[in-house]
Amino acid sequence: MQRDPQLNAQGELQHLLSIEGLPRAVLEQILDTAESFVGVTEREVKKVPLLRGKSVFNLFFEPSTRTRTTFEIAAKRLSADVINLNIAVSSQSKGESLLDTVANLSAMQADIFVVRHEASGAPFLIARHVKPHEHVINAGDGRHAHPTQGLLDLYTIRHYKKDFRNLTVAIVGDVLHSRVARSLIHGLTTLGAPEVRVIGPQTLMPTGVAALGVRVFQDMREGLKGCDVIVMLRLQNERMRGALLPSAQEYFKHYGLTLDKLSVAKRDAIVMHPGPMNRGVEIDSSVADGPHSVILPQVTFGIAVRMAVMSIVAGN
Amino acid sequence: MKLIIRNARIVDPASERDGKGELYIADGKIAEPFREAEKTIDARGLVAAPGFIDLAARLREPGFEYKATLESEMDAAVAGGVTSLACPPDTDPPLDEPGLVDMLRRRAKSLSRARVYPVGALTTRLEGKALTEMAELAEAGCVAFSQADVPLADTQVLWRALQYAASFGLPVWLRVEDAWLARGGVAHDGEVATRLGLAGIPSFAETVALGTLLELVRATRARVHVCRLSTAAAVELVRAAKREGLPITCDVAIHHVHLCDTDLGYFDPNCRLAPPLRSQRDRDALAGALADGTIDCLCSDHTPVDEDGKHLPFAEAQPGATGLELLLPLALKWGESRKLALAATLARITSHPARVLGVPSGQLAVGAPADVVLFDPAAPRRIAAEALKSQGKNTPFLGYELAGSVRCTIVAGNVVYEA
Repeated sequence: MQRDPQLNAQGELQHLLSIEGLPRAVLEQILDTAESFVGVTEREVKKVPLLRGKSVFNLFFEPSTRTRTTFEIAAKRLSADVINLNIAVSSQSKGESLLDTVANLSAMQADIFVVRHEASGAPFLIARHVKPHEHVINAGDGRHAHPTQGLLDLYTIRHYKKDFRNLTVAIVGDVLHSRVARSLIHGLTTLGAPEVRVIGPQTLMPTGVAALGVRVFQDMREGLKGCDVIVMLRLQNERMRGALLPSAQEYFKHYGLTLDKLSVAKRDAIVMHPGPMNRGVEIDSSVADGPHSVILPQVTFGIAVRMAVMSIVAGN
Repeated sequence: MKLIIRNARIVDPASERDGKGELYIADGKIAEPFREAEKTIDARGLVAAPGFIDLAARLREPGFEYKATLESEMDAAVAGGVTSLACPPDTDPPLDEPGLVDMLRRRAKSLSRARVYPVGALTTRLEGKALTEMAELAEAGCVAFSQADVPLADTQVLWRALQYAASFGLPVWLRVEDAWLARGGVAHDGEVATRLGLAGIPSFAETVALGTLLELVRATRARVHVCRLSTAAAVELVRAAKREGLPITCDVAIHHVHLCDTDLGYFDPNCRLAPPLRSQRDRDALAGALADGTIDCLCSDHTPVDEDGKHLPFAEAQPGATGLELLLPLALKWGESRKLALAATLARITSHPARVLGVPSGQLAVGAPADVVLFDPAAPRRIAAEALKSQGKNTPFLGYELAGSVRCTIVAGNVVYEA
């Protein structure tokens, strides 16, 4: 078996490509480092000089506003120079190959590539071809992984629940197409959460998902019973009508999170969402804006987590 | 030209012969013993076997010369001990008219290396709509008719194609994959694809299509060869169909008896194959079925892809792997793991595919075409891109150490390759 390409020979984080395969100690190191950066983001001068003189290239082959922006803010708070490239509308349409694009940017002295791509595994391909001092951070690849989102979810859970070892976590919705769900599941099982559930209709569940270490529920009420944490997944517009689902209305009726459904979870349950939300499709506004919701703090923590990841890979 | 091969261990699967001896070749055929020869080869320590017959090797001509040329791939064939090969019709343009087939055969013949048996397109441009002039194409040299990897979704057309082929006694070779169920998929629909976030092709995409095909064979009695089985469930369907007496044969590719979806590792694009690598259970069933005769032949499914086609994210990479030069070592590895005699192992790449092709080669009986390979069954070889003659360097077996090295290949009595 090949060595995990995201770890160097010393077992340290060289790239962040996936949460799967990362040792517990590395995850905890990232979360602890992020905690130290949360303070920075609350200061009046929100900058530390850790990445001064380094160049961070945001390579987004797929459109994104939120993730790209938080990476940009994180890099700037670490004093790095940030270059944003929306490749979806530039060289790829001119027929330049992915690796050619990366080689060109590498010649411009990049230190960190933050990559989002619609094909699962694309950041692995890039990581195999970059120079030894360059680092690749996966900002979402196809359905495969979104490790910084997974980490910020873990951070949020740890912030509110302190300990993973007696938690029941439910992930609800389109698990089939969700890189967020995959990353979070690996993170939770690595950190010792005893029960991770996925809830959704069979059409939105990947084959053999139970092998990831989760319990599968089709009935949302049953799945939410006694949960400490509820993570709602975004349902893409194009999936709302077709062979997977008949309509957004029917989906909301059975799998949308309402106050009524939330009542079967623990009283102090937290509700999370990776954003952007479809109000009235996967989540009701009364829940999204209610006291259980920690959706906005997730965004804030996301910056600290991305600062942590960039500073750790750059230091290894 | 008269040729004597001395001191070889002669292994002829068709006659189950396995022992030391001499092999006499005259006028391009295996001959009765004679005295005077123009050339004598001392094959001490080597096995002399019928040249290998590969039922699926893409030569990429016409149309894809940037991926491989007839010349490079014919070099690869003889370096791999392959003396006869059938090439699927998915060239550009597809082999759907006699002129193209004729040209390919002439080009191949002028290179005087392996024998090339074109498989004609079953439908024009492989579009699955209109039948090709199968009888004409057969006259031009097509040995069978196929859709290559292009699914034939319209079952009405499939039914008619089988009826028409059966009318002329022409064999039809089909890969079975339901076009709708496989749509968009790039990997076996299972745990590994779920983990890697790759769109899956469920196992039942194969059995649904095979079930349909078997019904149509039952109705038309067309001679059908099922190509590249990939699932345990399909093996069971074939087993039952053969027991019932349906006129079917089938093959499996070298990759699928050795590898499974876990070999995808971290998105190795060399493991992007069609059909996809499936579960360990499927692999074991395929390897077992090849041994018990349910699966008739082992083929290389040789598909050279250039670097640009593989240096891509897994789902975007072109499917296929180079295989001609790996057929022997991977057949030997399979045979050894099943504890088969050498003759039984080699039958899957000699006498069995000869039967499917309907050709007199694949055996060492007196009078048979003198297509012979001499190889060292034990000599280890490290599979390295630079050592491959094929223009395609893409194989999941790069870096593997495999036993079995071809030393000499003879086609129609002429030495066409010497290591």
